[in-house]
Amino acid sequence: MAVLIYIPAYLQPFTGGRARVELAGSATTVGEALAALWSAYPGVRDRVVNEQGEVREHVNVFAGRESIRFTGGLATPVSDSSEISIIPAVSGGSERAYTRQTILNPSGIARAEEWPG
Amino acid sequence: MVTTRSVSVKDGNVLLLVGTTKGAFLLRATGARSRWEVGGPYFPGHSVYAVAYDGRGGRRRLWASTTSMHWGAVLRSSDDFGRSWTNPESATIKFPPETGASLKQIWQIQPGRADDPETLYCGVDPAALFESHDGGETWTLNRGLYDHPHRPRWQPGGGGLCLHTILPDPQNRSRMTVAVSAAGAYRSDDGGRSWRTAHRGVRAQFLPDQHPEFGQCVHKIVQHPSRPDRLFLQNHFGLYRSDNAGDSWDDIARTVPSDFGFAMAIHPHDPDTVYILPLESDQFRCTPEGKLRVYRTRNGGGSWEPLTRGLPQKNALETVLRDAMAVDTLTPAGVYFGTRSGRVYGSRDDGNSWSLILEGLPPVVCVKAAVIGEPQRASIAGPRRHPRGGKRKVTAPRRGAAGSTRRRAARSGRKK
Repeated sequence: MAVLIYIPAYLQPFTGGRARVELAGSATTVGEALAALWSAYPGVRDRVVNEQGEVREHVNVFAGRESIRFTGGLATPVSDSSEISIIPAVSGGSERAYTRQTILNPSGIARAEEWPG
Repeated sequence: MVTTRSVSVKDGNVLLLVGTTKGAFLLRATGARSRWEVGGPYFPGHSVYAVAYDGRGGRRRLWASTTSMHWGAVLRSSDDFGRSWTNPESATIKFPPETGASLKQIWQIQPGRADDPETLYCGVDPAALFESHDGGETWTLNRGLYDHPHRPRWQPGGGGLCLHTILPDPQNRSRMTVAVSAAGAYRSDDGGRSWRTAHRGVRAQFLPDQHPEFGQCVHKIVQHPSRPDRLFLQNHFGLYRSDNAGDSWDDIARTVPSDFGFAMAIHPHDPDTVYILPLESDQFRCTPEGKLRVYRTRNGGGSWEPLTRGLPQKNALETVLRDAMAVDTLTPAGVYFGTRSGRVYGSRDDGNSWSLILEGLPPVVCVKAAVIGEPQRASIAGPRRHPRGGKRKVTAPRRGAAGSTRRRAARSGRKK
């Protein structure tokens, strides 16, 4: 038995092209399973978590069908037959700058939303 | 699937490095700068807020910071003009765990002094300075600035709490100036061990105390290598000059339609000539009156003239961001800028006339220019005839092959 981790296409260059990685071992939490993943494929780590070890804001990690954001984070328990999915969040596809475009209202007067300052 | 095109670059070519919110582009031209070959998009889908060319130490290296909203920020380089890029397994720029901070974005990549080719600097969000002394292989956080007592009270601007300007003094190896939005300008005179504010006289119009100890929203500072104690500063309201390396600043916003703006560039051979692109207020942040005008001073900010030839003068509500204006080092100088509407404009005659080089890009956030095969920084020389007449104390090209290349390119440009 092993924990199975699904790898998104963007990260597969760092797993030797593997879309699924089976981790034999004794991981009891998502955090332990991911640590085993980093150990085998170190290029995945910095892209999924930041330097403080926190899952990036626009990356979702699921244990089974549940986002770990709502099940205890990296402490979410896993069993030998668990499946973990790393999936880019839909929220991350929007470059923040795009939301700062100047918008012309019907009167033709421009207003700026949040702009770099 | 996006197809990325490559460019073939030769010595003497001019290269524009253009970063956008959705990838980077390379624009290549001969010294005539009349036709541009476009390469890219590189890193499609990633924002590229910082690019740089490092020609020191025999390198031909491009640098780019790429930020994915999903996967974070990474510093990458290319030694073959973009045909291949590094993609390090482990990010090379990271905050130490004890800081509790995490990298959001790299805002500036600054090669160090010409005679120190292994040193580079990066400015990042959250505001910090990183330095490398092994050609960009490894990086360390500058603790002197990071541990500055002001830091806990620095406030972000709309673009974040970013360190966006890095000016290593080319003559004084112990001196460096950086700028942070919205904290102000800070200078070190001891090689980066300690830092003090360098924005006295720069007002913070958006605060009750308009001259606070810190909190100024400096948008850009430029410095000429031949006269490093003179600095020009574009502020979040306010246009300034310092003649004492930032100890004090004087307002030079005379005859400009707005003293608000982001972009600023200094002429490569004339320390009195500076280019800005004024924007209307901090609410509108577009070109005043729908006219796309670069303003130029040729007397150190004593007066400014609008440069409009070849630029749209109606229905042009454009925005040019802080790092989206650059100059090359040819004579006459090339001046370039990119807009948030995805256009890149250029001048090959010191700004006297302009043309649209490229349009249809994602929003442009940074532009850098390089002449390939040239020394990164020209040496200091005596009086030399200014391109528009009159003798001025200027920076001259070094003698030798690179200088010959430059002169050939300049002659070629005049024939066109």
